[in-house]
Amino acid sequence: MTALIRAENLGKTFGATGGWFRGASDQVRAVDGVTFDVEAGETLALVGESGCGKSTLGRLLLRLIDPTDGTIRFDGQDVTRLSSAEMRMMRQRMQIIFQDPFGSLSPRRTIGQIIGEPLEIFGLARGRQARRDRVAQLLDQVGLPPAYMDRLPRQFSGGQRQRVGIARAIAVNPSFIVADEPVSALDVSIQAQIINLMQDLQRDAGFSYLFIAHDLAVVRHIADRVAVMYLGRIVEVGPKRQIYDAPQHPYTQALLSAAPEPEVDTVSRRIILKGDVPSPSNIPPGCSFHTRCPIAQEICRRDRPPLAQVAPGQLAACHFARPNPIPLGDAA
Amino acid sequence: MSQDLLRLTDVTIEFGPPKKPIRVVEGVGFSVAKGESVGLVGESGSGKSVTSLAIMRLIGGRVVQGRIELEGRNLLDLPASALPEIRGRDIAMIFQEPMSSLNPLMTIGDQIGEALLLHGWRDRTARRDRTIEMLHLVGIPNAEGRLGAYPHQFSGGMRQRVMIAMAVACAPKLLIADEPTTALDVTIQAQVLDLMKKVRRELGMAILLISHDLGVIADVCERVIVMYAGRVVEEADIRTILTRPQHPYTRGLLRSVPRRNHEAERLYQIPGSVPPAGSVRQGCPFRDRCELSVSRCAEEMPPMFRFGSSQSAACWVTAAAEGVAQAGAAA
Repeated sequence: MTALIRAENLGKTFGATGGWFRGASDQVRAVDGVTFDVEAGETLALVGESGCGKSTLGRLLLRLIDPTDGTIRFDGQDVTRLSSAEMRMMRQRMQIIFQDPFGSLSPRRTIGQIIGEPLEIFGLARGRQARRDRVAQLLDQVGLPPAYMDRLPRQFSGGQRQRVGIARAIAVNPSFIVADEPVSALDVSIQAQIINLMQDLQRDAGFSYLFIAHDLAVVRHIADRVAVMYLGRIVEVGPKRQIYDAPQHPYTQALLSAAPEPEVDTVSRRIILKGDVPSPSNIPPGCSFHTRCPIAQEICRRDRPPLAQVAPGQLAACHFARPNPIPLGDAA
Repeated sequence: MSQDLLRLTDVTIEFGPPKKPIRVVEGVGFSVAKGESVGLVGESGSGKSVTSLAIMRLIGGRVVQGRIELEGRNLLDLPASALPEIRGRDIAMIFQEPMSSLNPLMTIGDQIGEALLLHGWRDRTARRDRTIEMLHLVGIPNAEGRLGAYPHQFSGGMRQRVMIAMAVACAPKLLIADEPTTALDVTIQAQVLDLMKKVRRELGMAILLISHDLGVIADVCERVIVMYAGRVVEEADIRTILTRPQHPYTRGLLRSVPRRNHEAERLYQIPGSVPPAGSVRQGCPFRDRCELSVSRCAEEMPPMFRFGSSQSAACWVTAAAEGVAQAGAAA
């Protein structure tokens, strides 16, 4: 496997420095020293709660926002150094699927125009008829009747809209797609349809996904590897099986156990974290998770644990990560 | 039954112009006993929120049929002037977004105090003590010191705690919670669900929890009512729903929930989508998406069949397979 994307020491600080009323405390360190790869054809799930920096990280990879520090290599090329014109051409290879695909699109444009736009920009289907043919083909691929291309967004249900968002993303044959909470706003019975569709399309076209979610259950089916973020940093990353069966970081364990599932007698195994997520503008020193961690010790308040290997391919940033899994429930 | 705190019978709700009504809830009936926790589960368009708002008489639509009884008194017959008395004292409600229910210009101490004053807490000191007691109950640290804080000074999870404190301050008999944790992160959701269980235990009130998430309902509720396209399609105690669901929709819903402990090659998916509100004409509203449907499903809406002492479901096919009788028939 080769890395399609390699992020090294990637960081993003929001909030201007200087200025009359601004001090250092106005700065938000949204992403901090993040290093990871996305292999060609794989799905890396990026999971964390609101404010953890997962969406910012997704946008950094596409350079929809510019990093404050670090590098991003796409197919070996450092995209942080590309001019905006070069970057524009690069975008044909990287696409994004949003939670609400029509949030930023005109409600007056037809589905055909929405999906056809990237084709036009990148000159992929010349002429009106060629474009309509390609849009029809794309609609068919995402499970919508081609006749829908003359309809307006408001005539579509949430699941259908997401299908349109996916069709628009795959229209340019990208090799990398950031999917930012693509099913979070959908009904449960529709979520499964969209995840299955995304999986089928990937199997046919071989692109990679960075699949951003706030919930570990939802990515279990689609991920090859999972990265868990907390306050701007990756606290654990590894092959799916290890993350679900032998999570090493206490935050991953809590996140796994926190979401209630429709099963009999699961409640007793739950780890309930105390307190709120600290503000990203005021990140605790040492291990940033120590304020909520059920097993935090003195060292955690002082020293930030590095992201270190705990098993083949699995890394965790915890002073107390150990090769043997802590069974869920023991830490409660 | 005298045990019932709340009983809905054949409730039908319409929106839109009376000449061209859109029926969003049809023939809904269920009950909540004193101190019981009941979940109302359904996807968007199922009518679960509209039903819960109708109980509080907070909807813009019209209840064109049916009864909503609180301790035997039909709330639909009451004059509007009698409602403030019931809201808060007998029934309280919390919503998904606490910020939209809290006044941003009032301190939380004043807001909870106002609710108490409305329901007869005349004594200022008693109000203050009760407010502190409630904030303490919901786990606001340093409750006394936070009386003068404004809603924006709290995080999302803390705001929901404040909402719960305000809702239960007058010790209502029933707390209606409409997707109370949907906007919260999972670790905060776990805290709030635990809090709801604690508050219910300590104050002995009944809870009607509305959610799209069967996991959330399984966590808090003893019994669950499943709604689909404006109708109740199944009702049972939580364990029975999770282990032996009878309606094909309930089965599909349970199978399509992604699990952290279980992995299939492919996620189970219910085909198609929920029919738009008011579009169901005749027969079972789920039939187009149902693997089991037969010709009768298109012709006639199935009544609720009784599958066990606590379970009933509206399906012709599973009822025939199990050979069970219609609910409400002499047992």
